[in-house]
Amino acid sequence: MARVDVIMPQMGESIAEGTVSRWLKQVGDEIKRDEPILEISTDKVDAEIPSPSDGVLAEIKVAEGETVEVQTVIAILETDKEAAASAASAPAAAAAEAPPAPPAPVPAPVAATPPTAAPPSPAPVAAPPPAAMGDGTSQTVEERLRQRSTPLVRKIAAEHQLDIRQIPGTGYAGRVTKKDILSFIESGAGAPAPAATSTPAARSAPAPAGGVAHPTVEPWAGDRVEAMSKIRKLTADHMIMSRRTSAHVTSFYEIDFTAIARIRQANKQNFENRGAKLTYMAFIVKVVADNLRKHPGLNASVSGNNIIYRKPINIGLAVALDWGLIVPVMRNADELSMLGIAKSIVDLADRARTKRLNPDEVQRGTFTITNPGVFGSYIGTPIINQPQVGILGVGAIEKRPKVMTLEDGQDVLAIRMMSMFSVSYDHRIVDGADADRFMADLKADLEDFPEGAL
Amino acid sequence: MAEVTYLEALRQGLFEEMERDKEVLILGQDVGKYGGAFKVTEGFQERFGEARVIDTPISEAAIVGAAAGAAHMGMRPVVEMQFMDFISCAYDMLTNYVATARYRAGLSTPIVVRGPSGGYVRGGPFHSQNPEAAFFHTPGLKLVCPATARDAKGLIKAAIRDDDPVIYFEHKYLYRRIKEDLPEGDEILTPIGQARVANEGTDLTIVTWSAMVWKALESAEIIEKEDGASVEVLDLRTLLPMDDEAIIASVRKTNKVLIVHEDTRTGGVAGEIAARINEKAFEWLDGPIMRVTAHDTPVPYAPPLEDFVLPQTEDVVKSARWLLAY
Repeated sequence: MARVDVIMPQMGESIAEGTVSRWLKQVGDEIKRDEPILEISTDKVDAEIPSPSDGVLAEIKVAEGETVEVQTVIAILETDKEAAASAASAPAAAAAEAPPAPPAPVPAPVAATPPTAAPPSPAPVAAPPPAAMGDGTSQTVEERLRQRSTPLVRKIAAEHQLDIRQIPGTGYAGRVTKKDILSFIESGAGAPAPAATSTPAARSAPAPAGGVAHPTVEPWAGDRVEAMSKIRKLTADHMIMSRRTSAHVTSFYEIDFTAIARIRQANKQNFENRGAKLTYMAFIVKVVADNLRKHPGLNASVSGNNIIYRKPINIGLAVALDWGLIVPVMRNADELSMLGIAKSIVDLADRARTKRLNPDEVQRGTFTITNPGVFGSYIGTPIINQPQVGILGVGAIEKRPKVMTLEDGQDVLAIRMMSMFSVSYDHRIVDGADADRFMADLKADLEDFPEGAL
Repeated sequence: MAEVTYLEALRQGLFEEMERDKEVLILGQDVGKYGGAFKVTEGFQERFGEARVIDTPISEAAIVGAAAGAAHMGMRPVVEMQFMDFISCAYDMLTNYVATARYRAGLSTPIVVRGPSGGYVRGGPFHSQNPEAAFFHTPGLKLVCPATARDAKGLIKAAIRDDDPVIYFEHKYLYRRIKEDLPEGDEILTPIGQARVANEGTDLTIVTWSAMVWKALESAEIIEKEDGASVEVLDLRTLLPMDDEAIIASVRKTNKVLIVHEDTRTGGVAGEIAARINEKAFEWLDGPIMRVTAHDTPVPYAPPLEDFVLPQTEDVVKSARWLLAY
């Protein structure tokens, strides 16, 4: 009998578990190698899992809705057809016969490449051993990883009464290193976190998604009641958490896109020849990325009584899906050319719609752009994507009448390509003047976009 | 001051001790007329006579046994192994007899067993070993492994004067490659059991000995230049007794440890060092204790294979970088 295990894949460096959201195949179904066999959802993203080989689905070990650690065997394929027939007719017997599925050999996953030096080094601990994960606490994966600090860091944290989770980590998988904690203390941020661990009060500070209770409502006769999908629930919790966490303020700016419209028209074909689509969004991402470098206060996070100014400029792009909303992240957007940005936008959106994003690709955003204008909205007031402090809303870009002053001082009504932008910012650390300076620069750069920048 | 090689420094140390103490004698294969396979004892027989520089039959067990007997009678014999690979022939004598003599019979056995060890010389499986781990496991022995010319001289003199059996691992790759200015006239003695900070650093400690000290120093220089990180290199000099204090002091300073040895990995001395750090300085660690060692195979003849099996500077740099980023 040839049996092949289907395992919960590790879909990103910090992902430790996944939920089986839907089985696309049932026991007894014949399956081709690479054919989607089930859908999973991790903390961040949904994905289809392809079959590791040809065969017949002999056993489903994890029911829909259940969450298991990565590397857990979730199903078994029978690659021998005859055995499959008998296995299907007597699944209980087959199960008894099969050895207790050993946890599939962990193919050294890893955040960090271990030294492949002469000594075959042990894989570093980015993928936590299963035993350590089953501790039944209600921590998120990120929290658990963050606490995976070294003995020295824990000692220093205890001496200074610091909560390690509050300290930005630069080590593998976001681990807090000695340097991180020492510079944190040096920066004066070492205001002791009261009762550093275990008390729920202390933990609630940066409360990540989860734990939001939504009031219940009485259904009426004939109503349909559905459980929220995982992505819906995450979004619901996150939006409430963001509203509670940040002091939202929204400002509006009218942007004249006439120059960009002309540049876009002139270069569209050229970009298409190089396999990219030159959209307005590409221009916007480019100018936003450049201006975030100039205005680091908008590319930041609030952490306790500290402000973390993010080094990379990772721009999240909200993508509407039929089944929800997802925000893939364009990493280091300020380092990309227009061509690179244009390609990346299409790639991220395509893969978001076909569920082929890696969980990594929806993490570590530092600023977000959302585009309600695609549906024709004049503009919206977006909610900040925590733990960021700014989000840009882009309204419909269309021809509108605009009063312009000619060189001779005469006012005329002109037809211009216009759009309304909004920026929601966290007034805890971004003042109106900060946001307005950022937006004024953004407006100036968009209205006077240098064609040479293509 | 005069520039001397590692080998010349060793020769000087032996010579000075023979001049100083008439009880010091040398036994080994071809050590007399021929002056030793590597010419460490060239001219010794002419100077000190056949009674003190003795050519022996090819039997390591017999040589060590004879030396042990002479030591019990008050002499201070120095045994040369033509290659340290062959010390295994005297394993029984050294571990069952010599190492236990003081415990069993109150007999001191002041012998030194010395010889060339180590690879990087295209010597193949019988002429490249570092057979330190087997003896490291044996209570009652002392093990020294000099990396520098100064220590080659200072440790052979200290070993001869020690009242307990000392195994002295020379490194044949260093024999004529390492040169150092040593003061003439002044006595050079390196105390057994004391490590040496070969390079001061703050971000990572490489604990090592013998020829690997030089690879570690080279790595430290590369990392300093290319990564701006500061690597401390601790040359243990003596494996038994081990200088725990120096190791712990360095761990408390840099909080990250890479242990580098040329011997094979499994059951190698690095494992013991890692265990001691765990026991004594766990809370000072800011990363896992890592090792760079030879692969668990005999040392191959073929040059590309030997290069692969033995630890190289690139391997040390790679592991150090990984650990620095941890």
